[in-house]
Amino acid sequence: MTTRIEARFEKCRREGRAALVTYVMAGDPDPETSLEILKSLPRAGADIVEFGLPFTDPMADGPAIQAAGLRALKVGQNTVKTLELVRRFREGDADTPVILMGYFNPIHTYGRDRFLVDARQAGVDGLIVVDLPPEEDDELCLPALEAGLAFIRLATPTTDDKRLPAVLANTAGFVYYVSITGITGMATPDFGKVAMAVERIKRHTPLPVVVGFGVKSGAHAAAVARGADGVVVGSALIDALNGTLDADDRATSRSVEAVTTLVKELSEGVRSVSKREAA
Amino acid sequence: MTNQAQPNSFRTGPDERGHFGIFGGRFVAETLMPLVLDLEKAYADAKVDPAFHAEMSAMMTHYIGRPSPLYFAERLTEHLNGAKIYFKREELNHTGAHKVNNVLGQILLARRMGKKRIIAETGAGQHGVATATLCARYGLECIVYMGAVDVERQKPNVFRMNMLGAKVVPVQSGTRTLKDAMNEALRDWVTNVADTFYCIGTVAGPHPYPAMVRDFQCVIGNETREQMMQAEGRLPDSLVACIGGGSNAIGLFHPFLDDRSVEIYGVEAAGHGLDKLHAASLTGGRPGVLHGNRTYLLMNDDGQITDAHSISAGLDYPGIGPEHSWLHDMGRVTYISATDDEALEAFQLCARLEGILPALEPAHALAKVTELAPKKAKDHLMVVNISGRGDKDMPQIAEILGAGI
Repeated sequence: MTTRIEARFEKCRREGRAALVTYVMAGDPDPETSLEILKSLPRAGADIVEFGLPFTDPMADGPAIQAAGLRALKVGQNTVKTLELVRRFREGDADTPVILMGYFNPIHTYGRDRFLVDARQAGVDGLIVVDLPPEEDDELCLPALEAGLAFIRLATPTTDDKRLPAVLANTAGFVYYVSITGITGMATPDFGKVAMAVERIKRHTPLPVVVGFGVKSGAHAAAVARGADGVVVGSALIDALNGTLDADDRATSRSVEAVTTLVKELSEGVRSVSKREAA
Repeated sequence: MTNQAQPNSFRTGPDERGHFGIFGGRFVAETLMPLVLDLEKAYADAKVDPAFHAEMSAMMTHYIGRPSPLYFAERLTEHLNGAKIYFKREELNHTGAHKVNNVLGQILLARRMGKKRIIAETGAGQHGVATATLCARYGLECIVYMGAVDVERQKPNVFRMNMLGAKVVPVQSGTRTLKDAMNEALRDWVTNVADTFYCIGTVAGPHPYPAMVRDFQCVIGNETREQMMQAEGRLPDSLVACIGGGSNAIGLFHPFLDDRSVEIYGVEAAGHGLDKLHAASLTGGRPGVLHGNRTYLLMNDDGQITDAHSISAGLDYPGIGPEHSWLHDMGRVTYISATDDEALEAFQLCARLEGILPALEPAHALAKVTELAPKKAKDHLMVVNISGRGDKDMPQIAEILGAGI
C-alpha cells in the first residue's frame, strides 16, 4: 500500500520539483486559528504539514518555537486536543501527509500504545520526536513503525558515515537533515555544504531527504531545493504569525494570511528549481 | 514498592545503555548523540588510567582541601537527645560545597578531550562557582547558564563567578529557574558541538552523566566510611542528605548501598507543602522523560513539566537523578521531604548550636535529622551531609527574617 507520504513525494517527483514541508505549532495562538492555518497550508503550496506538539521544555528549539509552544499551552492545548485538530483537518484533506513533531514526554505520558492508535485514527502519517535517537528505538520508533506510522529520523552534521546506518535503519517516510548544528530558527546554513551532506545521506538510503533549520525565505527555499528532495520551514512561519498577534497574543484578522503569504513565497522558491533532469 | 526483586548489589548500575532499572537512558537530539558517545568513551578510558586518578587525587588534597572532616555535632546531639550525629563537612571544600568534587573530575576529562570551552547550568550558583573556579585554574573559557530568578536570589554567587572570569547568562525562558538553565545549556551544546564540554552539575542528564557524576562524588561516602571506622570502629547506622538532582546524596549513599544495616534517607524539598508548590519529584511526581533521562518528574496530566518551588535554589528542580528514582522504587533508600519553613528553622538551630551556617539545601537534611534523631538510641550513629555553606544564602535569609543587611 502506498502511504500518503510516498504518494506526495511521487507527485513532486512527477512535477520535477522538491517538496515544501511546513511546520506550525498546534494550538498557537489558539486551537481554531491553528486549524485554520493548517488547512490553508496545502492551498498555499505546502506538500507536507508538520504540526508541533507543544512542550514546556523544547530543548532543541529556538525562541520562536519555544514561545509558540508556551502560547499554545497557555490557552490549554494538549495532546488530546492536537489529535482532535488533526482529525478535523483530515475531514477536509485526505491526501496531505500530517507529521506530528515534538518531544517524547507528552507522548510517554499520554501512553505510548494508546497514542499510536489514536494518532493513526486521527489521520497522522508520521512522527518526529526530537529526543529519541536510535539508541532509544524500543521506546517509540519500533512500536510506531509496527502501528503503521512513519518514524522520521533527524540526521545532523554530527551524524558521520559510521553512524548513518544506525540512524537510517528503522526509519520510514523521509529523512530530515538538520542543516546546522544548533537550534531551530537561528543560523542560516551554508547551502553548498548542505547539498553535499544530502548527497552523502542519499548514498545510504533510497528515502527522500528533506532539509530544515534556518530556511527563512523563498530564496533560501530555492537554494535548498537544488540539492534536496524537500525543504522544511518552521520558525519563519511562526515569526510571521507572531508578528500579527495583538498585545495579549491573540490572533487578528491578518494572522492566517501572514502565514499563507510566506508559504506562497516559499512555494514559488521551491517551484523555481526544476529537478526534471536529475530525475 | 519494596516488593520488587532485590538485586544482589545496588552498586552495579547502570547497564551499558545507561539504565538503572527503567530509569536513565540517552534521550537527546541526534546532534548531541555522537558527543554523548564520545564522552562515554573518554570517561571509560580515564576511569582506568592511573594518571587521571593521580591528578585528581593531588588536586583533591591540595586545591579542594580533602578529605573533608567528619565532625561530631556534640551540641546538636545533646539538644536532640537521641542518635549521635556526625556532620560530613562538604561545606569546607574550596568554593564552599560538594559541587567541586564533580567539577574537578569533569574539567580534567574535558582537558583530556581537548575541549577549550566549558558550559554549565546552575541553580543556587554553587556548581557555577565551582565550574568557574576550575576553568580559571586551567585557563578555560566558561559560560554559566542560570535562571533569571536564581540570578536575583543568589547575587553573591553571580558576583563570584564574574570575579573568576566566567560569563553568567541569565535565562529568561520558561520558569527562569534551574530546569530552564539546563535547557539553555543543552541549546548551547547542540550549537557549539566541536569545542564545547557540557559540565553537568548533578547526577542527571543523558548517560554517562548520572554514573560519571556519581563516581566523582563517591569520595564523600568513601571518606565517611573510613572516618567513621576511625572514630567509632564501625559503620554508621544511618545517612541523611538533601536532594535536588541528588549528587551530594548519591555521593554519600552509594558506597553504603550494599551495607544493608545502614538506613538511608534522602530529603527532598517540600517547598510550601506537598499539597502546594514544592520540588519533591519522588513524593509528588511520576516517571517521565526530560533532560536526557527517564526519571520521576513533576508534571501535569499532559506531560507538561510543572513549576517546582523551593526556598533553596539548589533544590528547585522538577526532576531527580535516575539512580535515585530506581533506589526509590527498589525501596533501598527512604525518601522524605522538608518544607521551606522546616529548613529555615533547622538552619537557625544549626547556626546557634554548632556555629556552622549551613546552606539552605542541607538545612533540609538537618530539618529531618531533628525528627529522626530523637527517635533513635543513643548509640545510633547518624551522618548528615552538610553539602554546602550558607554564606550565599545570607541576603535571602535576612530578607525572609526581616533583617536588612
